[in-house]
Amino acid sequence: MNVTDSDELATATPAAAAATPVTLAAKVRPGREALYFARRNRKLVLGLGVVLVFLAVAAAGPLVNPHGPNEYVGPPSQRPSAAFWFGTTMFGQDVFAQFAHGLRATFLVGLLGGGLAALVGMLVGFTAGWRGGTVDEVLNMLTNVVLVIPTLAVLLVIATYLRVRGVVPEAIFIGLFSWPWVARAIRAQTFSLRTRDFVDLARLSGAGATRIVFREIAPNMSSYLFMTFILLFGTSVLTAATLDFIGLGPTDGMSLGLMMNNAVLWSALPLGMWWWFVPPGLGITLIVGSLYIMNVGLDEVFNPRLREL
Amino acid sequence: MLRLEGVTKRYRVGTFGSRELVAVRDVSLEVRPGEVVALIGQSGSGKSTIGRMVLRLTSVSGGTISFDGTDVAGLKGARLRAYYGHVQGVFQDPFSSYNPVFKADRTLELVRETYFPRLGERPWRDKVEASLAAVRLDPGQVLGKYPHQLSGGQLQRLLVARALLLDIRLLVADEIISMLDASTRIDVLNLLGDLKARGLGILFITHDLSLGNYLSDTAVILHRGEVVETGPAEQVFARPVHPYTRSLLASVPQLHHKWERTGHGSWEPAGEGA
Amino acid sequence: MSLRVDNLKVWYRTLRGEVRALDGVSFTIADGELVGLAGESGCGKSTLGKSLIRLDGRMRHVDGSVELDGKELPIGDSERMNGFRFKEVSIIPQYAMSAMNPTRKIGLLVAELLASRGERPAAVRDELLRRLALVGLEPEVLDRYPIELSGGMKQRMVMVISTLLNPSLLIADEVTSALDVSTQKAVAETLVELRDRNVVKSTIFITHDLSLVYQIADSIIVMYAGRLAERAPTDALVGSPRHPYTRMLLAALPEVGVRFADQRLEGIAGSPPSLLNPPAGCRFRDRCPLAVARCAEQPPFVEVAPDHYVACWKAS
Repeated sequence: MNVTDSDELATATPAAAAATPVTLAAKVRPGREALYFARRNRKLVLGLGVVLVFLAVAAAGPLVNPHGPNEYVGPPSQRPSAAFWFGTTMFGQDVFAQFAHGLRATFLVGLLGGGLAALVGMLVGFTAGWRGGTVDEVLNMLTNVVLVIPTLAVLLVIATYLRVRGVVPEAIFIGLFSWPWVARAIRAQTFSLRTRDFVDLARLSGAGATRIVFREIAPNMSSYLFMTFILLFGTSVLTAATLDFIGLGPTDGMSLGLMMNNAVLWSALPLGMWWWFVPPGLGITLIVGSLYIMNVGLDEVFNPRLREL
Repeated sequence: MLRLEGVTKRYRVGTFGSRELVAVRDVSLEVRPGEVVALIGQSGSGKSTIGRMVLRLTSVSGGTISFDGTDVAGLKGARLRAYYGHVQGVFQDPFSSYNPVFKADRTLELVRETYFPRLGERPWRDKVEASLAAVRLDPGQVLGKYPHQLSGGQLQRLLVARALLLDIRLLVADEIISMLDASTRIDVLNLLGDLKARGLGILFITHDLSLGNYLSDTAVILHRGEVVETGPAEQVFARPVHPYTRSLLASVPQLHHKWERTGHGSWEPAGEGA
Repeated sequence: MSLRVDNLKVWYRTLRGEVRALDGVSFTIADGELVGLAGESGCGKSTLGKSLIRLDGRMRHVDGSVELDGKELPIGDSERMNGFRFKEVSIIPQYAMSAMNPTRKIGLLVAELLASRGERPAAVRDELLRRLALVGLEPEVLDRYPIELSGGMKQRMVMVISTLLNPSLLIADEVTSALDVSTQKAVAETLVELRDRNVVKSTIFITHDLSLVYQIADSIIVMYAGRLAERAPTDALVGSPRHPYTRMLLAALPEVGVRFADQRLEGIAGSPPSLLNPPAGCRFRDRCPLAVARCAEQPPFVEVAPDHYVACWKAS
């Protein structure tokens, strides 16, 4: 028994008069309480706000702005103006159109790559944590191998060999290399939750392993899984931008990293064409940064001990 | 009904599993229908391990556990589920036995999913209410609530109700009242007494001798994984034979009966790693 | 030494309001007295123990005073209480077994504690060794890490540490809860030893186990829902309890020799009131078989027999 709060706090509701500890946070329903704190957490609200703004631009931008990302629509190297909100590139392409389309690719990569990594990580983590023994050893080995592989280097090599590259394959590759730390953490949590009484009781109710893992153990980690996904989203975006920037991104379409690549290739900096590389660079920084800040905020929301009373 | 013969449990401990820890050594006992067997031991005696082995939550290293003549160690799948239809358990910590993110009665739903999948809504409600009535819980007070909204006593009773849904013949009660207050303990204990009168066999695991004595027909005293004394409860408590049992009974605080002061140098408790 | 607690009120701040854990408690403890503070979970006994040494930052000292040896204890001020902790008032906290830093050798722990109190470890060393012998620990234990000791040994070590500076008042908060029956007896008897050898003057022994407190205490205080229910010398309380709660509690304890088939014991139906918004009047009213209209008014804690105090209209 680990009593850190005194029993007086435990009996603050009429019926909870047992000799076991009940933390303050568990007095109200967990979901509603999380929402209450979520709305009041500045980091979370701010971070989410920024991301949503960019999402809106990605969704609505191409609809508002009729130009395609690679169309030659106007005089080259124009500063931002009423006609071209972000100016034009050296070839007369609309920077804002590129930006909006690039955002779409960014979000897609984040979703796909992050989602895939989360899925693989959960699968490996839950299986290793639940089964233990040899299965755990093997999966651990696999996790460690993938963990120490230098992701970027391998992606570079793969990308170099492929002639034609799309956004989806890029996202898949990123996803396949980002999952190890997720698997580790989930495995550890599963190990500890596996020994709890309610899991034993579920076994006594005749539930099978899959049912127990996904319907008893996973819901207890839902906040962690959510935060993990957000982090993976962010890292996928960053990795994709890096790949794109060095020219190994998708060969079709537009992305923020590609915009920056072009800007550098065509000497935008020495020529003072800040409107070409500042928007994409800022965009990536703000999106990834906001995701990380959201994560910190979420941690405070879900973890009662980090909150201020 | 339930029979343990020479049951042993070994764990590998230490770096690389170099050492062996024998948690339970050659334990034999029996629970007959309608009988309450009190398995009494202090911490480290292996009593909980025995309970878990009977419930198939831990594997058996040696010996056999049989229920109605069938060895339970090999049961799998449908036959294991059938076994759980006859044998259930309730554990020590009422709050840990419920998944904190769900409502308390979900634990009843889990039983329904496996054992009564095709039962209609109305018959299921009737069944639940009958079980709750048997443990003297008011359905309006406990259904639809989260675990932290109920008291420890109510939660433990709900767990007994869950076991009763299955028409069980043996209940493994592992320290089920240790975490309850004195005023609620006795109610849950009385409940077990009533169930025993209806023919339920109970393996009552506890460290508290007075509790063991209140309810049980047979007492089994466990020390460091071995059975040191066993017999009809009244005899074991009134005329203990083994020195360990004697020292245990001498250390139990009782109302209206003060300890004999051994004075300075009383730090020789019988064999416990104190 | 003498302890005087006068109308002590200590509440906890929580998200949902203030929990009135201790709501007007008054009593005195004489020199050399070992008082048992008994009650069920949520009654306020732990809060009372901790408030006398102010170890919990969430407590809010609302009203009342505590006087130790004629001096007022600054229980509302954690900084000023620092001068009293371990020297005048000391506590063996609940789950003391986890109270020792696992990464430190025990000897180092003790030396650091003494240094923080302004004592030179070398000067106290002989006494420390004597105390270790008193509780049956070898001097070698000072060179060990906490993880190498068993539960009972850790408990005894914490008892030695807490009483090293000879505090006037020792508060033992549920020190026997997690122990085996035999170790429990040894620890309880050590508390008596510490008092008998004048290491500590008086002791407050907090527990939920009435039969245990019956063994070693001189007098027993029973608490319910933040208030005192009854206080009497041990034999008087157990032999002739006056408060309905005490009576029912004693009747709910199974003992070796009492069997279900012969004598069915009864528990107390219901549960204690919420301390967020406690009802007016006697807090046991809802569960009390003797409750009458008058119980809507809080009964005073009065003396009904020599040294025997009860808070019940029916008993006085």
